[in-house]
Amino acid sequence: MIIPILRGLALTLSRFFSKPITVQYPEEKIPPAERWRGIQYFEKDERGKTKCVACGLCMVVCPSQCISIETAEDEEGRRYPLTYELDAARCIFCGFCEEACPVKAIFMGKTYERVESLRKPLLMDTENLLEEKKVNP
Amino acid sequence: MQFLYLLIEIVIKCVVVFGGLMLVVAYMTLMERKFLGRIQVRFGPNRCGPYGLLQPFSDAVKAFFKEDLVPGRADKAVFVLAPTISMIAAVSLFAVIPFGDQFTVPWTNWVVKLRIADIDVGLLYVFGVVSLGEFGIILGGGSSGNKYGLLGSLRAAAQMISYETALGISIVGVLILSQSLSLTEIVKVQGGGFWNWNVWYQPVAFMLYLICGLAEINRTPFDMPEAEAELACGFNIEYSSMKFALFFMAEYAHMVGLGAVVVTLFLGGWQPIFPQLGFIPGIFWFCGKLFLILFFFIWERGTMPRLRYDQIMQFGWKVLIPLALINLVITGLVVSLKG
Repeated sequence: MIIPILRGLALTLSRFFSKPITVQYPEEKIPPAERWRGIQYFEKDERGKTKCVACGLCMVVCPSQCISIETAEDEEGRRYPLTYELDAARCIFCGFCEEACPVKAIFMGKTYERVESLRKPLLMDTENLLEEKKVNP
Repeated sequence: MQFLYLLIEIVIKCVVVFGGLMLVVAYMTLMERKFLGRIQVRFGPNRCGPYGLLQPFSDAVKAFFKEDLVPGRADKAVFVLAPTISMIAAVSLFAVIPFGDQFTVPWTNWVVKLRIADIDVGLLYVFGVVSLGEFGIILGGGSSGNKYGLLGSLRAAAQMISYETALGISIVGVLILSQSLSLTEIVKVQGGGFWNWNVWYQPVAFMLYLICGLAEINRTPFDMPEAEAELACGFNIEYSSMKFALFFMAEYAHMVGLGAVVVTLFLGGWQPIFPQLGFIPGIFWFCGKLFLILFFFIWERGTMPRLRYDQIMQFGWKVLIPLALINLVITGLVVSLKG
């Protein structure tokens, strides 16, 4: 009975002198996994605008129906989204929009720390999506 | 005039000891949380102030601002009185502990002894006061009108009866060796180097006292009255706010008190390890030894699981009390044979 107690005491003492494995979260951050799906962002084309052609596939495939698009054509006859709204409050981060996109315009980013006190900032349009950071700061 | 000086001296001593004790108790809670954290390979509280050093004060402020509830079915007078009993018993234990030798106040011939009261039956007083503390727990749990509280206090009562016997018997060996009940005298006998400490002459009694003491202050392997998992905090289930804080402080003060008694009885009190190191004041030796004992209390808490109720009772009656009796008989035989 005494030997196991002494062994237990030795173990806890060695743990006492070992380095804690805690990650001090706000100061230290673990980088997210390679396939982590965070908030979406738009890839820019050479003109600095969105590559999106407003085909509406993401809108169709979205299970939580958080994407809504209004289509328009510019003077060269190219389709572009007049409004592209993504309700990040409703998004379930499934990544279907990224998979469905035929022109590789929308991607899932690595950001996981988005917190807002209002719903309004979570309603993202084209500009927000273009400015959205790809990696977590 | 002499009487007035004496009064001033006693008041100053009381204030210093009480203040020091409260500070030690406050930081004991932090130390326990930190050290338990390190044992579990994490940091423990480190957000409040540098290294979490202000945590006890934040806890105190929180306790002050919580709602002070008294359950409707509780026995109100006893319910309010119980934490006070616990606290008073824990604090008054320190009245007889010798913290150091004496010194003369500079530019006078007034000699100050570093203990509040030097009474001849110090050890008896310690035992009486320590068991009084248990009454706070028994009354508090019983008067709260809660079945878990009642179960906790029943367990506290059973544990007190079974472990205080062994606790008392284990001490008698020390009494035989030092021929005195006065704590000052017991410390004096152990002077002159660590080889004179009682722990070498009474190792079994030392172990027994530590184990029974842990049971007496309801600490982890024996924390039956409190048992979070099965009794939902047992005796203090209905306590909130400052009443709970009083119980909590009393628990830690008891722990410090138990450590101080162990240091005094077995580890030579304020006596230095080597007589050559006598230039370091006794109070530092006392605090250092006390720290080691308190570290052991935290360490064993991080190691051992809670025993089952019947295991505790069997261990107390079938192992500890016979061991204490055998130790007593052997000590008596050896001392009487040596003359």
